[in-house]
Amino acid sequence: MRLSRIKANLERRALIYDLIRAFFRSEGFLEIETPLLVPTVAPEKYITPFTFNGWFLSTSPEMHMKRLLAAGYSKIFQICHCFRKDERGQFHNPEFTMLEWYRVGADYMGIIEDTERLVCTLAKKLKHRSTIHYQGKEIDIMPPWPRVTVREAFLRSAGWDPFARLDEERFEVDLVEKVIPSFDAGRPTVLWDYPVTMASLARLRPGSPPVAERAEVFIGGLELANAYSELNDAAEQEKRFKQEIETLKREGKHRVVMPEKFLDALPGLPECGGIALGVDRLVMLFCDAASIEEVIAFPRDIA
Amino acid sequence: MDIGEVSRNTKILINGVPFAVEDVKFVKPGKGRAMYYLKLRNLFDGTTRDQTYHSSDKVEEVHVSSNEMQYLYKEGDNYVFMDNENFEQHHVPKEMLGTKSQFLKEGLVATVSVMEGRILEVIIPKFVELMVVKGAASTKTDTITAQSKMVELETGVTLAVPAFVKEGDVLKVDTRTSSYVERVSTKR
Repeated sequence: MRLSRIKANLERRALIYDLIRAFFRSEGFLEIETPLLVPTVAPEKYITPFTFNGWFLSTSPEMHMKRLLAAGYSKIFQICHCFRKDERGQFHNPEFTMLEWYRVGADYMGIIEDTERLVCTLAKKLKHRSTIHYQGKEIDIMPPWPRVTVREAFLRSAGWDPFARLDEERFEVDLVEKVIPSFDAGRPTVLWDYPVTMASLARLRPGSPPVAERAEVFIGGLELANAYSELNDAAEQEKRFKQEIETLKREGKHRVVMPEKFLDALPGLPECGGIALGVDRLVMLFCDAASIEEVIAFPRDIA
Repeated sequence: MDIGEVSRNTKILINGVPFAVEDVKFVKPGKGRAMYYLKLRNLFDGTTRDQTYHSSDKVEEVHVSSNEMQYLYKEGDNYVFMDNENFEQHHVPKEMLGTKSQFLKEGLVATVSVMEGRILEVIIPKFVELMVVKGAASTKTDTITAQSKMVELETGVTLAVPAFVKEGDVLKVDTRTSSYVERVSTKR
């Protein structure tokens, strides 16, 4: 029986939830909840929401969490379900669990340091010490994790510079087929500083060229988490959303209403960083599970 | 259909050739485009190939029906089957049947996949019951299976069976391995 076979994974999953909550409580974070049924979602070209009676199932709690930050909450975290249509596979289930946290005063790399401490704390409490055994490999998780910029990684593994002339389609293909496979399998990798068009809610750092302050964490080939220095320029954010909405319309994809309440709150958002971390994948790592279905009691196909 | 709806066993048409999807690997960077790495089996010649699709790509789904058909008789190099639903007759070339042909007995019901009138595959039952028409003495030379001998069944296939089997016995045979399973009945 499938459910009895994965019982140890689900027990470990529950323990990981306890440890995540204990970690954030000890760091002074407040656990919050935001709605799953929402009037709109962030317009993003490649994230398709489920719709329901003119409403949406949340694709991410990001906008609501930022509304709390704008109202004066300074350290918040949440574990919640997110819904993304058509995403199913070895590492995807259309309903999945996200851990998000935001910290006022931090930037994206400060949040990456939080992530390093979180993963190491979990590993220690789960008696993994400083390495995780995942799918036949020993992964040394001692911080600091190796960091590589998008530009360096692409020049090295794909032979081109996405900042010189960005071909977004080629970017995705090369990221998956060349860049991620080139990462050291025995260490986590932080990929940071993205082309400006590839981070719709991240702050830009001026320069030549300017970069989006976005960082992603990869462990054991899994894309685990995505961090931003959060954009708090409402005019810039509205401009980016408009572009995305236009693209969605032009390509005949889903319709999204402009997230007005979020944009209204944005001028009150202090300098902060935040991250979205895939909890199912984190549990996969600590259970040495090859597929997301081994850590979810009822994945979509048998829900 | 949208590539997102494709799953294992979906059948799709590429340049007029039908393929069965044997495996779908879904890869998607969190903020990026989804990629679908498909392993496809050509339903005409059985060869496999890999093909990559991206989110919102469209593929042409092809409907392959599974029909129950009864084997009637052999005609030259073809085997004639009749669809039990509409009584249409189909000629199946012997190459498509391979070793399966040696278990075809008049009246045997097979599952036949048909795409727009064209036969793609004939699946015969895993087990069939056939009568022994010609027995042989136990092979004295074979020391390892001293208790076995070769017999000929009513469809012409020869098979190793235990020594107690005799002409007129009906045997259960595994068609996948061409091997004896058990004796179903014996002539008194």
